[in-house]
Amino acid sequence: MKDFLESVLRGIGTGSVYALLGLGFVIIYKATRVISFAQPAFMLAGAVLVTYLAGPLGFFLALAASAVLTGGIALGVERLAVRPMIGRPVFTVAIITLGIDIAVRVVVNGAIGLDVRQVGDPWGLKVWKLPGGVQVEQRHVAMVLTTAVLIALLFVFFRYTRTGLAMRAASYDQEAALAQGVSVGSVFALSWALAGALAAVAGTYAAVGGSVSESLWLIALTALPVIILGGLDSLPGAVIGGLVVGTVQELTATYQGSVPWLGGNISVVTPYVVMFLVLLVRPYGLFGTREVERV
Amino acid sequence: MRNRPLLRTSYNQELALLDTTSKKVAVGILLAVGAALPWLVEDQLLQLIGLACVTAIGAIGLNIVTGYAGQVSLGHAFFLAIGAYTAAAIAGDPDARTIGFGVQEILIWLPAAGLVAAVAGVLVAPLATRLRGLYLAIVTLGLVFIGGHVINEWSELTGGPGIGRQPPAPKLFGYDLNASDAFLTRDQKLYLLMLVLLVLAALAARNLARSRVGRAFTAIRDRDIAAGVMGVNLARYKTIAFGVSSFYAGCAGALLYVGVGYFDPTTFNLLLSVQYIAMVLIGGAGTVSGAILGAFLITLLPRLIREVPSFLPFISNSPAESPNAYQLETVLYGVLIIVFLIFEPRGLFGIWIRLRTYWKAWPFSY
Repeated sequence: MKDFLESVLRGIGTGSVYALLGLGFVIIYKATRVISFAQPAFMLAGAVLVTYLAGPLGFFLALAASAVLTGGIALGVERLAVRPMIGRPVFTVAIITLGIDIAVRVVVNGAIGLDVRQVGDPWGLKVWKLPGGVQVEQRHVAMVLTTAVLIALLFVFFRYTRTGLAMRAASYDQEAALAQGVSVGSVFALSWALAGALAAVAGTYAAVGGSVSESLWLIALTALPVIILGGLDSLPGAVIGGLVVGTVQELTATYQGSVPWLGGNISVVTPYVVMFLVLLVRPYGLFGTREVERV
Repeated sequence: MRNRPLLRTSYNQELALLDTTSKKVAVGILLAVGAALPWLVEDQLLQLIGLACVTAIGAIGLNIVTGYAGQVSLGHAFFLAIGAYTAAAIAGDPDARTIGFGVQEILIWLPAAGLVAAVAGVLVAPLATRLRGLYLAIVTLGLVFIGGHVINEWSELTGGPGIGRQPPAPKLFGYDLNASDAFLTRDQKLYLLMLVLLVLAALAARNLARSRVGRAFTAIRDRDIAAGVMGVNLARYKTIAFGVSSFYAGCAGALLYVGVGYFDPTTFNLLLSVQYIAMVLIGGAGTVSGAILGAFLITLLPRLIREVPSFLPFISNSPAESPNAYQLETVLYGVLIIVFLIFEPRGLFGIWIRLRTYWKAWPFSY
């Protein structure tokens, strides 16, 4: 029981990182109908920036600065490589983002170099003891709290600000939004910047307690089954999907020893297995909107 | 009449495999050069060109499902892996550490590799008939991860990560293609084998594309609902597309490492899938010649880039320093994909079409 509770708590912690990443994907998808495969690169870029900035600025300021900078990079990338592609098939744009990911990641990996780079967080691997001997790692609590705050901010932004309203309008119907005076171009730019900033935060938290390395990239790819699970265009879906995938993954990691024939790293692929199972029943994910098909 | 290349007087002429004289001449010259190459080029380069031929078979396969039928698949590495391991298991040494049945006849293990991969493709196809667009892309990406896990763990078959196993050794009617003899060296034999297979594969794909099935694929790509309304059986043709594409991938996977003589389960990762997508897009989606061009470009790219440090001294050839040629190679993949998709969506094939139309109207360029 103790093991079970601890893995669930760990799962909710890592799951909230997935949720942040997933939110980035969904925000871009809602604005532009494209899945941005460049998110992993931004995530890595954000984490690496924090490792450089944490020394002079301290962890939290570095995190904020890195989020802003990564948002800026994402903005630039959108302007250079994605904006010329408006009106082209979405798949073409998705492949362009794959190209961006490959190119940006090489640069970022060059910046990582051969050293062990840490993000300089205040938590490390410290734990709190709950009644009943259950241990919860401080970093996981921090992940959940940060994610909760960011989700609340996003909710307020989309619900109560003019820009948020403009973004929602553009995602419903671009032409109608244009006719009402919404600048759809800046909505695209803003959604890429938001997604880049979220990816930077997620990347930093994913590296808390360890070090920044190329393999963080694989964590970002886990966000793909998360958004498919929740439905590509559903923000709550991304959060719920993230938590579900995180919990299932940690539970598998705890109990995979009892099914040795599945192999040692089965927890890494469980998100994809969960995605397959859900898609066989619901082709648009748990909360995705069913596409209306017209000839 | 002869001098009007676009004038067709019958439907058969329109559908002909090589519809103009210049195409016939060009293909003839290409084939002659290809066949003479073993005596013109040194063996090391020949091995690389042979690899490019095999890669082209794989790219033609991906082009069938993605270029012609419009079903985006990021799972090509998964089917390549199935082919590679089926062939390696059938032809492998029965006494070795890894599974092997010792049947080295290429006429047995090559079709078998293709068929097993095709069966896997047909099994995946129901997902494709339920899902569309990017959902399908991500699901096929999931296949690569799940397949990668299986082959990394199943070390009796694959040798395990970091250790790997030997690819199949080809024998044709008992004639050993994997060793040098008095007439031909090993690399010359393997190159000729791969060239012949590429020509066969390209012909088959071209014929498929101009048949009823090929037209159904194109209809599905352009608008699947409209195709369904016109009476194209979507489930059936999507299944055929995945099956044929995976057959090509299986055959390519089986041959891919024959020249190198060793392969490792970690090779079959997402990057491999992305490389194949890059070949199809850079070459030109929906054309056989484009896929071949793209495959040759991407396979020969590392070799070309290794020459760069002699021109640009700040780029190093050693992987420990930065920036080095390996980083440059990876960045170039990314940049090539972006540049081609933005400026020439029809790829290398599109550039060729532009050149052709320019010279057709020359000197009146408007």
